[in-house]
Amino acid sequence: MSDLNKNYYEKITFRDALRLAIHDSMQKDEKIIVMGEDVAAYGGAYGATKDLLKLFGPKRIIDTPISEAAIVGASMGAALTGLRPIAELMYVDFFGMSMDQIANQLAKVRYMFGGQINAPMILRAQGGTGRSAGAQHSQSLETWIMHTPGLYLSIPYTPNDAYHLLRAALKINNPTIFIEHKLLYNTSGVLDKNNPDQIFGKAKIRKKGKDLSIISYSRMVNFAEKAAEELAKQKIDVEVVDLRTLNPLDRETIIESVNKTKRALVLSESCYTAGVPSEITSIIFEHCYTNLLKPVIRYTAEDTPAPVAPNLEENYIPTIEKIVEYSKKLCK
Amino acid sequence: MTQSNTLLPNLYTTMKRIRTFEERVGELFIKGETAGTMLHLSIGEELGPTCLGAAMQKQDTFTTHHRGHGIFIARGGDPKKMMAEIAGKKDGYCKGKGGSMHIADMKLGHLGANAIVGGGIPTVVGAGLSSKYLEEDKVSVAFFGDGAMQQGILYESMNMASLWKLPVVFCCINNQYGMGTKIDNAAGLKDFSKRAASFGLNTLHIDDLDIENAYVKSKEIIDKARKFEPGFIEVECYRFFGHARMDKSPYRSEEEEIKMRKSDPISYASNQMLKNKIMNEDEIKKINEKISIEMDEAMDFAINSPLNNQKEIFTDVYDEREPLPISVEERINKILS
Ligand SMILES: Cc1ncc(C[n+]2csc(CCOP(=O)(O)OP(=O)(O)O)c2C)c(N)n1
Ligand SMILES: [Mg+2]
Repeated sequence: MSDLNKNYYEKITFRDALRLAIHDSMQKDEKIIVMGEDVAAYGGAYGATKDLLKLFGPKRIIDTPISEAAIVGASMGAALTGLRPIAELMYVDFFGMSMDQIANQLAKVRYMFGGQINAPMILRAQGGTGRSAGAQHSQSLETWIMHTPGLYLSIPYTPNDAYHLLRAALKINNPTIFIEHKLLYNTSGVLDKNNPDQIFGKAKIRKKGKDLSIISYSRMVNFAEKAAEELAKQKIDVEVVDLRTLNPLDRETIIESVNKTKRALVLSESCYTAGVPSEITSIIFEHCYTNLLKPVIRYTAEDTPAPVAPNLEENYIPTIEKIVEYSKKLCK
Repeated sequence: MTQSNTLLPNLYTTMKRIRTFEERVGELFIKGETAGTMLHLSIGEELGPTCLGAAMQKQDTFTTHHRGHGIFIARGGDPKKMMAEIAGKKDGYCKGKGGSMHIADMKLGHLGANAIVGGGIPTVVGAGLSSKYLEEDKVSVAFFGDGAMQQGILYESMNMASLWKLPVVFCCINNQYGMGTKIDNAAGLKDFSKRAASFGLNTLHIDDLDIENAYVKSKEIIDKARKFEPGFIEVECYRFFGHARMDKSPYRSEEEEIKMRKSDPISYASNQMLKNKIMNEDEIKKINEKISIEMDEAMDFAINSPLNNQKEIFTDVYDEREPLPISVEERINKILS
C-alpha cells in the first residue's frame, strides 16, 4: 500500500480498502486506537491491519492477549472514557467468548444509564464459510447482533462500501459491529474516497430489474449478481439489493423493490431458522402482501453446523445454480 | 532390555511417530489433499504430549487444543484415520466433518480437539466430576497452549477442580507464541505455575529436554491427581515452524528460529540413547524406517479414502433416533411446488 493518499483507486482489494479506512480515520482522529489479537506484529489474521504498527506505533496499534471477553469489555471501557477503539475479533465465532460484553454491556450501557454516556467504538469480526475452517470458524452470526438492540451492524460487500462504512461508523457515537466475510478480503473493486454512495443505513441496488428481487448482503451479493447474469440470458430480469447495513435496516428500499418486482428471494449464508432472512421476509409480508405473486423464498445455509470436508461445505451454503433454479420457478 | 532401558526408546519412538506424522501432514497439504489450510503442526513440541501420554493410564481421558495431533498419537490414535480426517474424508475419525482442529476418538478417551482457544478446558473438570462420582479412577487431562493461559475460562476451571478436589490435570504446552504474538506481549506474569499454585494445584514446570525425567515428574502429578489432588503442568518448548500452513513467521527472526530449533527433543533423546549405549545407530535407523513406512501408509490411506456423501451434511446434528434437520432445498421445493 505505497500510495496511501490517493482519492481514487481503480482497483483495490477489500482488505486494502479496510486498511485505508482505518489509516485515514486514525490520521484524522488521534483518539482512535486499534486493538485485538495479532493486529500489530502479525498485521491481522487476514491482513486488514498490515503495516499499521509501523505507521502508528504500539501505543495505537495494540496486540492483545487471547482474551476476547476482555478485548470487547476493555474497548467499551476505553470508549466510555475518551477513546474510540476499533477492536477486532479474529472470527465472529468468538462472539461466543465475548457475548456478555457485547450483548449485556456494550449494547445496553447507554440505555441502562439513562443516556448519560456513549460507547463510540467498532468491533470488527470476520465470518463465513469457504476455507474448510470447520464448525467453530465458519459461522454467520449477524442474527445474534441484529437481535440485540443498541448495536449498529455493518456487513459490506464491496471495497468502496468497506471503506465508507468503516469511516462512517467512526463518526457515529453508537457501537457498531462490523462483519467481514473471509472470502471477500482478496476481492477487488473501485474505491472512490469522495463517493460514500449514501452509505450509512441505505441499501444499494446493485442491478436494477423488474421480475424478481434478490435481497442479500456480504458475499452472497456476489452469488446474486452471478445468478442474475445467468437469469438475464434466460430473459428473467433480476433486481439485486445489497443491504450493506442490517441495523439500521433500509426497509424502504426492500419494500419498494418488492412492490415493483412482486417476487422476492432473500439470500444469506446464515442458518435458515430465525435468521436475518426471516426478518426481511416478515417485512416483505407485512408491507407487500397484496402485491406478491409468489411466496417469498429464503435461501440460506442449512440448519446444521458447517462441515470441514470441502465437498460438503460447498453445498452447505447456497449455490449459484440453485439460486438460478429457484428464481426460475418463482418467475414461472 | 530392562524397564529403564525400554523407557527412553519407547518415548523416543512416540516422539518420532508424532514428528513423522506431522511431516506427512505437511506433504499432504503440498499435494493439495488436505481439507483447507488450518493445520497446526506440533513439530518441536513432541516432548510434553509424549511424556504425559505415557504417564496416563488406559482409562484416562483428555481434551486438546488445535495443535493436538501429538497427544492423540501418544494415546494410541490411528494415524490412518487421523490423516483421513485431516483430508476431510469419509474414513476419518469424524467422517471428515471435523478436520484437524476437531479430531476426537471417544473410545480412546479423546474427548475432543478444539478450535476455540481454551474451549476444551472445562470439559476435563466435568470429566473429573463424573470419574469421581462414578468411581472410575479416571484422570482427565486438558492440553492447551500458552495462549489459553490468558482466557478466563481456565481460571474458572482451575478453581472448580481445586474446590471439588477433582482428578484433573491442566497441561500448558508453552511454545512461546500465540500465532504471531510472543508470550512476552501476552502475559503479565510468565511464571504460570505461580498462577496455578494460587488456586491450590500441584505444579510442575518442565523446561529442559530430558524426557525421562519429565516423564517421572509428570507421572507424579498425574498420580496425585488420581488421588484427587488436581495439578498443573507447564511444558516449555518451541514451535519450529509457522502457526499454520500458510504462516511463514515474519514476526520473528531467522536467528531465533535457528537457535531454538537446536533444542530438539528428538535429537536429544537419540543422542542420549547412543551416549548411554541403550541403542546403536542401526537400531535407531530401523525404528525410523518403520515409522516412515507407517506414516506413508497413513498418507496413502487418506488420499485413497472416498469423499463423503452429501447426506452427511445433515447427520449427527441430533441423536440418530431423531429426525434429520429438514434441508433448505426440501423446504423451498415444498413452497414452490
Ligand atoms: C477463542 C479463540 N481466540 C482466537 C483464536 C484464533 N487463534 C487460533 S490459534 C491461536 C493462537 C493460540 O496460541 P496458543 O494457545 O499458544 O496455541 P499454539 O497455537 O501456540 O499451539 C489463535 C489466536 C481461536 N481459535 N480461538
Ligand atoms: Mg503457543
